[in-house]
Amino acid sequence: MSSDVIVRNVSRRAFLSAGLKAAAGLTLSLALPVQAKVGDAGPGLAGTDKAAAELAPNAFVRIGADDRVTVVAKHLEMGQGTYTGLATLVAEELDARWDQVDVISAPADAKRYNNLLWGAAQGTGGSTAIANSYEQMRRAGAAARVMLLEAAARIWGVDAQTLSAQDGRVFKPGTGLSASFGELADAASRLEVPVEVVLKDPAQFRLVGHPVPRKDIAAKINGSAVFTQDIQRPGMRTAMIARAPRFGAKLKSFDGEKALASSGVREVHAVPSGIAVIADHFWAAKTGRDVLRIEWDESAAFDAGSEAVFKDYATLLDKPGLPARSDGDANEALKDAQGVVRADYRFPFLAHAAMETLGCVIEQQNDGSVDMWYGAQMQTGDQYAVSKVLGIRPDQVRIHTLYAGGSFGRRANPFSDYVVEAAEVLKASGGKTPIKLVWTREDDTRGGWYRAAYMHRIEASLESDGKPAAWRNRIVGQSIVAGTAFESGMTRKGVDVTSVEGAATLPYDIPNLRVELHTTKLPVPIQWWRSVGSTHTAYATETFLDLLAREAGQDPVDYRRALLGESPRHLQVLNLVAEKGGWGKPLAKGRGRGVAVHESFNSYVAMVAEVTVKGSGRYSVDRVVVAVDCGVAVNPDIIRAQMEGGLGYGLSTVLESEITFADGAVRESNFHDYTVLRANQMPEVEVHIVPSAEAPTGVGEPATPVIGPAVANALSSVTGKRYLQLPIRRA
Amino acid sequence: MYELNINGASHRVDAPADMPLLWVLRDLLGLTGTKYGCGIAQCGACTVLIDGVAQRSCVLPVSAVGDGAITTIEGLDGKVGRAVQSAWEALSVPQCGFCQSGQILAATSLLTNNPTPSDAQIAEGMSGNICRCCTYVRIGKAVRKAADDLTQGAVR
Ligand code: FES
Ligand code: FES
Repeated sequence: MSSDVIVRNVSRRAFLSAGLKAAAGLTLSLALPVQAKVGDAGPGLAGTDKAAAELAPNAFVRIGADDRVTVVAKHLEMGQGTYTGLATLVAEELDARWDQVDVISAPADAKRYNNLLWGAAQGTGGSTAIANSYEQMRRAGAAARVMLLEAAARIWGVDAQTLSAQDGRVFKPGTGLSASFGELADAASRLEVPVEVVLKDPAQFRLVGHPVPRKDIAAKINGSAVFTQDIQRPGMRTAMIARAPRFGAKLKSFDGEKALASSGVREVHAVPSGIAVIADHFWAAKTGRDVLRIEWDESAAFDAGSEAVFKDYATLLDKPGLPARSDGDANEALKDAQGVVRADYRFPFLAHAAMETLGCVIEQQNDGSVDMWYGAQMQTGDQYAVSKVLGIRPDQVRIHTLYAGGSFGRRANPFSDYVVEAAEVLKASGGKTPIKLVWTREDDTRGGWYRAAYMHRIEASLESDGKPAAWRNRIVGQSIVAGTAFESGMTRKGVDVTSVEGAATLPYDIPNLRVELHTTKLPVPIQWWRSVGSTHTAYATETFLDLLAREAGQDPVDYRRALLGESPRHLQVLNLVAEKGGWGKPLAKGRGRGVAVHESFNSYVAMVAEVTVKGSGRYSVDRVVVAVDCGVAVNPDIIRAQMEGGLGYGLSTVLESEITFADGAVRESNFHDYTVLRANQMPEVEVHIVPSAEAPTGVGEPATPVIGPAVANALSSVTGKRYLQLPIRRA
Repeated sequence: MYELNINGASHRVDAPADMPLLWVLRDLLGLTGTKYGCGIAQCGACTVLIDGVAQRSCVLPVSAVGDGAITTIEGLDGKVGRAVQSAWEALSVPQCGFCQSGQILAATSLLTNNPTPSDAQIAEGMSGNICRCCTYVRIGKAVRKAADDLTQGAVR
């Protein structure tokens, strides 16, 4: 007799009650402490759930009678692989078959789907998705597994302790008793959800640590993956906004007659960020927008050029700033020192330039509530901001999070800028039709919210043995968090920690170390950009360290090693990359190697870059060897992909990308002048992952800041020059 | 009124003459696998095949399409296309995925015209298509794999 038959019969008899649908699945609402942090409890959870007062329901896994396991992802999938990572954690503890697992995105709900590292807000960023979910998702899967085992035990009349689960089935070893998860789901759905579960010993992991295939691949190679642009709603119209050419300009007057006469244009409205054209489709909206006549009041608008900005910043480099770190007395030590080494760095504004331009679909319902479809990265903030515009409650803003065609920080706007715009357009048009707000590439490139421009000055003196005796790093630039909801949490004694991260956290053993910040104000809107402060601090500190090594006549790897006594994880990736990258091996003439090591978001990355310098200063980056320590490697293939992509993203800014201003207007507009890395510029990449049992940390950002200094150091090794400014167009 | 031959079927569309094929596909016909990335022939997100050759649909007015056979990602079939898609899957190429329809069609066009490209020819041939997630390492390997699979008869 087949065990399937037993299960079906017994389960129907024992558990099906009238009025319950046979297809009812198992949806677990798990009670979890809101403040749970990774590391609270390792394998074996006993005793960690005592904060009963803070318990809130969560829902992350569903198992259907059809044997499908659906993982509800609370984080935005923007390419970093989080759907796969979250599902891996659930499936691991559930003992599901990987191919029976589907992933859907969670509805916006700060109570159930908050980022555990952010308190009561749902959102994705700071490379926190796996870090904050590691235990939460594992518990979700483990609880479901316990219930399935218990259901089988009751059906079979045996002790649950004697049962096992594997590959989507529960069985009693040595008996032939076996049932699929789908067959047990209904029965299990009637059981109590366990409050405490025992997690696997990592030694038993079958999925975590293995390169399981991504869950989003099929849809992304056959064109069926749905992005914001792809949403069609009945009666929907497309909106485009003409924005001011200079930041800080205000609308004086506009004439929409010609636009309204343009084919397919339905409405023209003034909205807070400009003039909105509402039309039948993209082409009609764009054609209509092109013939708008608008006068702007630019009396208070930004009117400077990039050079003037840097000139102002350079004068601040001469003045002491607010201290962000002070060990020993660097000022005193530098005052009397001989042969102080000094370098001034400058970093331009940068656009995120995700492949998918910004956009948002919004639809109003009869009760005034709205549905929104887009690649939402900060659902809770977006709900709040939209609710204010429309005069409704945040829970009346239902967000359907879609795949995002990249973000790199841009979609996590602290003011929900483009989401609010969609709501403003909807409001201006009276909410009568669904609206798809689209940004063109030009809108996206010129729309601000850039990585801010920064300058650094680093000065150092050396001991007689060549080690740094004193190091002073002054940083000048705008604050990302000033004026945002993040300001109080991310400012320490007047210092925006995102402006100095990577510099104030310098891992090297230097007795007199001082880091200072000047926070500037400009009307140019700025925002986090993949790896945030490290985008500039890693470059300045790691190229400067090479300058010191050269000054001391020492090998850059040895020089760092001697200073990393207090930073074993930095040292480990450095040693690994030096070994794998063939550090010290001879190279052909014109070729060079450079090294850099940096921690961001608690992940440690070191790189050795190989370059070739050709005639007239042209150069290529040929090969990059990466060593990364991100704790437990949940999916090694995704980690590799993020190292490849992350360093490629950073390499664009080394080679060519920059946003510049002329008379207050952004010069660049599209990929012909905001140029980015292309296939023929991509180096070979080799990634080595440090085996680790530490809690997992993020991999979306930490590769990005390391490539710049590795390449610059490699170029310096060939040319002997300093590279104090990005991009480096000529070696 | 234009009559377009898309993925083997005939479609009649009422569109202004200057409307790029991209928006006809996306906004009038609901074929949203073809993406907008720049609108000025810089990024390749809008790549479609016309008579087997990669074209930028964002700068191709519908009036200039004529009776060419248009293939979008939704209709990609044939030996080369299937080889490219399966290599893409085997190497987990996509990250955000937004550029990938264009990448896959560009790769299909490349291998159709040159079944045995060198690595340098692959890098050059694919450099018209931007990937902001910088999946270029895997794109290169996947085109190589598709070429090898095709020459070794591993694809049906
Ligand atoms: S959208 Fe056509 S090339 Fe970019
Ligand atoms: S996969 Fe994201 S742009 Fe290519």
